[in-house]
Amino acid sequence: MTNKLQQAAVSNTAARRNVMQSGWPWLLVAVLAALLPQVIHNTYINDVAINVMIWSVAAYGMNVMLGYAGLLPLAHAGFFGIGAYAVGILTLKLGWNFWLAWPVGVLICSLLGLLLGLIAFRTRDDVFAILTLGIGVIITQVINKWDALTGGNDGLNGVQPPQFFGIDMGKSAHFYYLTLVTLAVVIFLVARVRNSLFGRSLIAIRGGEDLARSAGINVYTHKLRVMMLSTGLAGLAGGLYAVYIGFLGAAVTGPATTFTILLYLLVGGVGTLTGPLLGTLIIRVLQQSIQGLQDYQYIVFGPLLVVLVMFFPAGLAGIWTRVQAARSARIGQGSKEVQDAGV
Amino acid sequence: MILFLQQFINALSLGGAYSLVALGLTLVYGVMRIPNFAHGGLYMVGAYLTWALLSTLGVPYFFALGISAVVMALFAALLERVVFYPLRAAPHIHPMIAAIGVLFFLEAGVQLIWGPDFKPMSSPFGGVIQAAGLTITGQRVLIIAASVVVMGVLYYFLKRTLVGSTIEAMAQNREGARLVGINVNRVAALTFGISGALAAIAASLIAPTSLVSPSMGEVMNLKVFAIIVLGGMGSVPGAIVGAFLLAFAETFGGVLVGTDFADVVGFALLVIVLVIKPQGLFRRTT
Repeated sequence: MTNKLQQAAVSNTAARRNVMQSGWPWLLVAVLAALLPQVIHNTYINDVAINVMIWSVAAYGMNVMLGYAGLLPLAHAGFFGIGAYAVGILTLKLGWNFWLAWPVGVLICSLLGLLLGLIAFRTRDDVFAILTLGIGVIITQVINKWDALTGGNDGLNGVQPPQFFGIDMGKSAHFYYLTLVTLAVVIFLVARVRNSLFGRSLIAIRGGEDLARSAGINVYTHKLRVMMLSTGLAGLAGGLYAVYIGFLGAAVTGPATTFTILLYLLVGGVGTLTGPLLGTLIIRVLQQSIQGLQDYQYIVFGPLLVVLVMFFPAGLAGIWTRVQAARSARIGQGSKEVQDAGV
Repeated sequence: MILFLQQFINALSLGGAYSLVALGLTLVYGVMRIPNFAHGGLYMVGAYLTWALLSTLGVPYFFALGISAVVMALFAALLERVVFYPLRAAPHIHPMIAAIGVLFFLEAGVQLIWGPDFKPMSSPFGGVIQAAGLTITGQRVLIIAASVVVMGVLYYFLKRTLVGSTIEAMAQNREGARLVGINVNRVAALTFGISGALAAIAASLIAPTSLVSPSMGEVMNLKVFAIIVLGGMGSVPGAIVGAFLLAFAETFGGVLVGTDFADVVGFALLVIVLVIKPQGLFRRTT
């Protein structure tokens, strides 16, 4: 009798896991998100939601590097900036259409990522992190000082929102759908990558570079590819940011932004599929509620980062997996491998 | 020729200050294998402490410098105990991320207490020395002299004293050091303390020639990381050579590419060196 119950419970959790993996909850979230602006006509909530989605895309970009391949890319905000400035410069100075400038910006970011990878992947671990941090600062400095191209200290003003078959995307409700579709595509892409041979190879590299190499994985090429994917996603988010905010300054491309994206990731759960979205949502909403502290928010977020790393390195998504694992262990499933338990 | 000599002395004093900051960082890396991104934060807080002691309490310059160095040594040792010691067995990326968190916390904290604006620091060596057509501020001479003295003391400490040689031993081989009875945890805290003191001394020395601001730590952080990567992470002579290399590249490279990009010269140098020699110039092979 108890045995049967146990079996039923096991098959029940197994079924739930299947559902989890087949993506139904994601579809549900997407539908709910799509209905949001129809139900709540509140520009403030809309604005927060758009920001969350734009930065989530950037966080997913960092996640493929840090979460999957175990590399700490500290130039991430720099590439976000390059994507944003590419769209800004191409549309403002050359009069390009946004729908052409956006993919070109992503392409530029990917190619520059490849270039960076060719240099940076000659180093490993610590030196890699330091080198990318340096590259990030160079990007910010160049953007800040190259007046003729980027407007220097004054920044770029008046980046126009795009038109889509006569629909003005600048209206916040319309722009909401543009970011939602972008985010959905990115999540789908990242999920596919995670389950592909490429994604599994990246996880192997995270586990141990030498071991991965001896298992026949071409570590260097895989790293270059994931770098291109990561910087490309950063550029994708940057392009959206450029047309949504309409103003670009060098400050947003600096290390502080990289740090903030890192915070989103850590809160949500590094290396998980839900983590980047969850973390961005929570921290962004938190930031809205302590807006009075704006300049001093790192007084809270600095120690938060330390505490997270010390006690909850796998973030919220990690806590969820741990609870799940504990439950399935309790009902006799034995030691099931905890998937994606962080870095 | 006069201009060249003038720049040469400027580069020497800059290099001296860079060496002190970089030495602390490279010692910590050698012993703990942690790239301590919070190091620039320690440097910046050290400068603010000296500034506060000088301007609000009217403490004499050298006393202020000394107090700041002691306080930062204790603070750095505390940081090691509270943050980095518990993370010693964690995956490699975790202490790096924690260090970034500490850096941003220190920056925001200083900004909250003393405000974001730049502050001038006065020193008793503000005068100018005229010799053979050269005009040198007394502070620059002091920086060169003080950094030579501090480096000498550090060298003596590391090579000639028992406590100092435990640091060297641990940098060479952690397990071996433990086997011969060295208290590894105490050495780690000690090394952090030394790095904090060195950062505070360097910051207090260099601040009168520029300004004190919350962002000064971030800029210095990047420079000293460039230095120790150049010199080879964990190498003591490498840190000194790298510091002077960067100081000269910045001073003379700045003349060539314009002051706007002077701060970038160091990183350009770093990228070039890493392309040719990824392990740095003096990396210890262990």
